[in-house]
Amino acid sequence: MIPAPFAYARPTTVDEALQAIADGGEDVKIMAGGQSLIPVMRLRLAAPETVVDLSKVAELRGVRDDGDAIVIGAMTTHHDVLVDPLIAQHAPLIAEATETVADRQVRARGTFGGALAHADPAGDLPAVALALDAEFVIAGPGGARRTVPAADFFVDYLTTALEEGELLVEIRVPKLAGEWGMHYEKFNRVAQAWSIVAVAAAVRREDGQIAEARIGLTNMGPTPLRARAAEAALAGAAASADAIAAAAQSAAEGTSPSSDLNGQADYRRHLAQVLTRRAVTAAAGL
Amino acid sequence: MTQINVRVDGVSNTDDVEPRTLLVHYLREQLGKVGTVVGCDTSNCGACTVHLDGAAVKSCTVLAVQADGGEVTTIEGIAQEGVLHPVQKAFHEMHGLQCGYCTPGMIMASIDLLKENPNPSETEVREGIEGNLCRCTGYQNIVRAVQQAAGEMAGSAPAAETTGAQS
Ligand SMILES: Cc1cc2nc3c(=O)[nH]c(=O)nc-3n(C[C@H](O)[C@H](O)[C@H](O)COP(=O)(O)OP(=O)(O)OC[C@H]3O[C@@H](n4cnc5c(N)ncnc54)[C@H](O)[C@@H]3O)c2cc1C
Ligand code: FES
Ligand code: FES
Repeated sequence: MIPAPFAYARPTTVDEALQAIADGGEDVKIMAGGQSLIPVMRLRLAAPETVVDLSKVAELRGVRDDGDAIVIGAMTTHHDVLVDPLIAQHAPLIAEATETVADRQVRARGTFGGALAHADPAGDLPAVALALDAEFVIAGPGGARRTVPAADFFVDYLTTALEEGELLVEIRVPKLAGEWGMHYEKFNRVAQAWSIVAVAAAVRREDGQIAEARIGLTNMGPTPLRARAAEAALAGAAASADAIAAAAQSAAEGTSPSSDLNGQADYRRHLAQVLTRRAVTAAAGL
Repeated sequence: MTQINVRVDGVSNTDDVEPRTLLVHYLREQLGKVGTVVGCDTSNCGACTVHLDGAAVKSCTVLAVQADGGEVTTIEGIAQEGVLHPVQKAFHEMHGLQCGYCTPGMIMASIDLLKENPNPSETEVREGIEGNLCRCTGYQNIVRAVQQAAGEMAGSAPAAETTGAQS
């Protein structure tokens, strides 16, 4: 199927984009890589009046070093994330998760910002952004900017803190101090890359102990979640297989996974425990 | 209607398209490039894969207006003066197809993979073409074909460059 008719704008700067969004009428859709939006428009699940295509807004692409954080432009493609040296150095978890996203064709066009703004519960990058305490820089009508922490950005199923007329500009990922290990552990069907459940773990080790663990859960509810109970159990625990296995048992606490063709809620809870154990074990370097 | 300028398989085109026209439909219906096929409605199958500005993309998931000012290569543009591209030749020789519907996309994805990784292992080939589904072959001979093509493309390059980037 082909999308319903729409008016098309292709701005070249953020200011032009904000103007095009403001001028676009009642139902405006921002298009980043189009890898979620075009399929949805083809199925006529979305039929916007205006599409504002960000693909020519060069200032939204690329990764830069900003002292205590790296800053990833919303339009940086999954492919460009995978080859970026700053991400490899400071946030390898992002690259590791991105590698599991879709396939090379989709990764050539799909973007980091688009995947986060889309906020699909089965998408891999929201849980990673949450685990890394990323911050979302958002531009609004007239160009005013605000910053939203990841914990407040993901509001509900396919719903973020982005308001009408706003645009996600960039994502700030704080650099972590100390010795951190990271790992993304994903469970999916072979012919479909979407996560049934996945776990993003970042672990700081100190003197044979786990000083701090951050655990993001993919597809364990309508939004990405932190496994707070498991994080608390790991803080100060021995960096041993037994201690990690014990802590991972609380990984599904406070989650509300759905039941669908890929698995029932109780199966997902089980997966969260198993995958948390594996992810933390790998991140702790065991 | 929006006017676009696109180079497709080495030929410049200026055309009017509706913004909602998918690149694959522009290629097939306006330019007659029917070598590129549509296999699904969900951006899953990869049958429609072409190269846009040097990268493999699913042409059912790109708008024709987004190719404005760009360069597209389809399965119809990779043979040189009647001589098959090494990947085309390898698919033929290794029986990398049965019904052939997935083949244009498989070949375009494989060329993209080999550009990045000229000597992929079996696993790397399987991961490299994970965005392309085949209902017939069971993939075995497709993987063999891609590896055979890799060998041939390496052999045809000057020895010093066989491990380097190759287009
Ligand atoms: C076959 C297939 C398999 C996939 N598998 C996976 C997978 O395994 N894991 C995974 O995580 N993802 C997967 N994806 C989705 C992929 O990661 C997409 O790239 C991503 O979800 C959307 O990114 P995009 O840049 O294409 O955004 P688009 O499709 O362009 O936009 C998505 C949504 O975000 C909004 N938006 C985009 N950018 C902005 C912005 N800057 N400001 C405000 N709003 C914005 C749009 O309005 C739209 O609602 C898959 C997609 C396909 C087609
Ligand atoms: S037709 Fe494009 S992915 Fe199936
Ligand atoms: S040969 Fe028939 S789908 Fe691949």
